[in-house]
Amino acid sequence: MDPQQMLFAETHEWVAIEEQGDSKVATIGVSQFAVEQLDGVVYVELPRVGEQVAAGASFGEVESVKAVSNLYCPVDGEVVEVNESLKDSPALMSDDPYGQGWVAKVKLSSDAALGKLLDKAAYDKQCGESQ
Amino acid sequence: MAAWEETRVSSASDESLKTTPLHAWHASHGARLVPFAGWEMPVQYAGLVEEHLACRTAAALFDVSHMGRLDFVGGDVETWLDGLVTRRVVGMADGAVRYSLVCDESGGVLDDVLIYRLPTEDGRGQFSLVVNASNRDKLVAWFQRHGADGSRVGLLDRTWETAMIAVQGPLALQVVSEWLGWDPSSLRYYTAVRGDSPVGSLLVGRTGYTGEDGVELVVNRASAERVWTELLALGESRGVKAAGLGARDTLRLEAGMPLYGHELNEQQSAADAGLDFAIQLKDREFVGSTALRAARSAGSGQRRVGLSLAGKRPAREGCSIVVEDRVVGIVTSGSPSPTLGHPIAMGYIESSLATIGLEVEVDIRGSRHGAQIVELPFYRRPGK
Repeated sequence: MDPQQMLFAETHEWVAIEEQGDSKVATIGVSQFAVEQLDGVVYVELPRVGEQVAAGASFGEVESVKAVSNLYCPVDGEVVEVNESLKDSPALMSDDPYGQGWVAKVKLSSDAALGKLLDKAAYDKQCGESQ
Repeated sequence: MAAWEETRVSSASDESLKTTPLHAWHASHGARLVPFAGWEMPVQYAGLVEEHLACRTAAALFDVSHMGRLDFVGGDVETWLDGLVTRRVVGMADGAVRYSLVCDESGGVLDDVLIYRLPTEDGRGQFSLVVNASNRDKLVAWFQRHGADGSRVGLLDRTWETAMIAVQGPLALQVVSEWLGWDPSSLRYYTAVRGDSPVGSLLVGRTGYTGEDGVELVVNRASAERVWTELLALGESRGVKAAGLGARDTLRLEAGMPLYGHELNEQQSAADAGLDFAIQLKDREFVGSTALRAARSAGSGQRRVGLSLAGKRPAREGCSIVVEDRVVGIVTSGSPSPTLGHPIAMGYIESSLATIGLEVEVDIRGSRHGAQIVELPFYRRPGK
């Protein structure tokens, strides 16, 4: 997936929106910048399929050697798929954060939260300022 | 991603934080600087795991200048200090180093320290203590209250005028020897000596906090950066790296060593900590000895243990240890082990359950994960 086409949360999750019939499905992952800061992902606690999630709420965890970090859901909706391969290979998140390291797919119940997300340029600016 | 938020807040330089003489070097070499015990310290440079493994396979340099360095002098210093620490210091030979606890009356731990007996020019000798940065002010006040205000002994706080650099790993002694121009491997483990070096006199102690062989050097503040950069330059081609507090923590955890504020604190009795070698009660009285003697004969309620976790998910400080649906203990430190490749932890458990091999569960934020009580240390260097 092309990060230039993605939206980003201030909390470093990325979102790629796909139209599926009448509904929209968001694929969610963690930005390259954030996984580099984490220095090696050792475990990912995934959300559950079928779970209703709200934008801004914690829906998973990422463990690195140093610390545990919450994964915040950037959209409202229902979890329809999770990346089971992260269970055995959490390093996929570090190695390929915008591809094989995706976390979950959420079927949107509303578009409301999308307006709060940043495009790649604005997100990069945020990361640059906090360096 | 909360960990990142924490980093962002702390990367802004805070002027109220103390800095070591190596701070400028850290800042200009990619260190992520964080507040630690009132100091701004490097938590990592390129990466924690890489620094951890460098220490296990080559050597790593740690800036530990934030730790308190206190000298105690006076004719009566040996007897005086013996009344305040859990380890016998009477009869220590010049150059001996001992790990000890400092306890309060109830047997709670005020700090864990290294005690050095060092010769002085007047022949009377002195004791030097290396104490945790977070406890330095507390200990200075406590020692002063107990006579180190000049009434019995003198206390000189050398923390500011010196720097301390730990060089740890299988190549540590070789690199340090090349730099010093003499071989510190003649020093036995847990001994120290003042010697010459390219920057003049310094203290070399064969001690450390990583489970590896190595030394800790105490040098003048003004020489710190030169010592650091010269050691690094000598070792770089052989894989020697600068390492931050992050790797220091995972290394000491693998080595089964307690960390003050986690395994040790004022509330937990020293008798529970599995550090009996450092608590010498026979024919001695010191602050806390009455309480510790009682705890030892009654059998204390809890015991420090090591845990090896079955899955990939690490237990962290504060996680409950559960046996048959009953909370029987608490995790005090936990991390993935970069050397072993699975999560490890230390914690306190009811002493009747502190049995090697016992299967327990650890509650990690609401979900239970299998773990086993294992012998400490988790890691022992080859040949030891």
